[in-house]
Amino acid sequence: MITDYKPAVNFNHINYSVDGIHILKNITESFPEGKITTLVGPSGAGKTTLLKLCNGLLSPDSGEIYIKGKSISSYEPVELRQLVGITLQSAPMINGSVLKNLALPLELQGRELIEKDAKNLLHDVGLEEEFLHRPIKDLSGGQRQKVSIARTLVNRPQILLLDEITSSLDRISQQEIEELIVKINQKYKTTIIWITHNLQQAMTVGNYTWVMMKGEVIETGTSDLLHSPVNEKVRHFLKGEVK
Amino acid sequence: MSYVHLSIALIFVILPIILSKTLNLGLERDTMIAVVRSIVQLLAVGYILKFVFDSENMIYILLMVTVMIAAATQNAQKKGVSIQGITWKVTVTLVVIEVLTQSILLGFKITPPTAQYIIPISGMVIGNSMVLAILFLNRFTAEVETHQDVTELILSLGGTPKQAIHTQLITAIKSSMIPTIESQKTIGLVQLPGMMSGQIIAGADPMQAVQFQLLILFLLLTTASVTSAMLGYLSYPSLFNHRMQLLRGK
Repeated sequence: MITDYKPAVNFNHINYSVDGIHILKNITESFPEGKITTLVGPSGAGKTTLLKLCNGLLSPDSGEIYIKGKSISSYEPVELRQLVGITLQSAPMINGSVLKNLALPLELQGRELIEKDAKNLLHDVGLEEEFLHRPIKDLSGGQRQKVSIARTLVNRPQILLLDEITSSLDRISQQEIEELIVKINQKYKTTIIWITHNLQQAMTVGNYTWVMMKGEVIETGTSDLLHSPVNEKVRHFLKGEVK
Repeated sequence: MSYVHLSIALIFVILPIILSKTLNLGLERDTMIAVVRSIVQLLAVGYILKFVFDSENMIYILLMVTVMIAAATQNAQKKGVSIQGITWKVTVTLVVIEVLTQSILLGFKITPPTAQYIIPISGMVIGNSMVLAILFLNRFTAEVETHQDVTELILSLGGTPKQAIHTQLITAIKSSMIPTIESQKTIGLVQLPGMMSGQIIAGADPMQAVQFQLLILFLLLTTASVTSAMLGYLSYPSLFNHRMQLLRGK
């Protein structure tokens, strides 16, 4: 259990099921504030569901989630989603320019994104200013993913959830995104929770790690645990024996 | 036309049955069922209409309109079973359409308040509204399913359910209205509308028939837009819960 830091997100006996199938089983853990925590584990472990619970896209069947010390149900849904941003692996882009995509979160609040702020956002995610008016369809996978992260950052979330955002990218783009995650964490003190299948990324970028399997959190700790796990199931997973 | 002449017209039924048998289409049984049902249903409606027209009693007119709405609701709601409370939503839509159109027609004395006018016009309005509801529900449920990721994206960025479903809703409303608008563009050029043809055959003045047909076309335009928009705005909130989460089969 991660106990030496103030929690940004706290799970208290969380259960979640779909059609009688248990997706998450009695999760009681926390994500430290201002740190990068990676979630690793085989497919179907419940990692994405966990992120969607934090952003309020889903609600647990039982248990309580606390965001920055307050029960998640005490937040208004819109307020919660601005506080806890999420970039999903398959986040769709809106047809049109990069600017149109970046402007979306403010447009939903009836506000306008000024071009200077849009350029700053692009700068933050490592894209040149001239990308602003480029059609989204002309962007590479890595560039799209950066725009997707920048779009989530428009709301200035204090907690950023990232779901396998590098899985379909080449090595160079992966590295750029890794650097970007560290930069966002350091510049804005954003708590980052990042699902990744790449154990090397988890070890080098993450401060903390959760290993999840079949809806349960098997082991948590600093990312060093991936070098020398205590749990036997985790050792099997790290050896590639559990898919 | 006498019943003898109508019996001779059964030749038009024999031909497709022979064709189906020759080409091994396997549609003989369905064709026979369709013919028998249409004879029984239309004759029954004919006798009922005659009774209602003769009685000129408003209660019977209301009863017939109620039956039409109930049958149309039963048919249309099947396409939206995934939407909570779809039956009452379709019913309310059809009732509003009927009340709106009849209020204008009777209020401005465009048509007289008799069974002869109220029932056939109600039939056309409710029938058209039912088809529109089916088209809308078909498209809307497909759009919601296909673009679930966009809905989720907008919700995740702090959008409301209305904002999250807006594009899918507008696409479904537009696509369900297009057939009505498009068919009206070519009317008279490609085909003469059924009601107008019927009146002309029955000996009515063609210009009088055209006037009535235009009245029906205008009514159907209102029916199309009000049905789709109303059903859309009644339906979309049931796709979300009070926490602004997209409901899925859980």
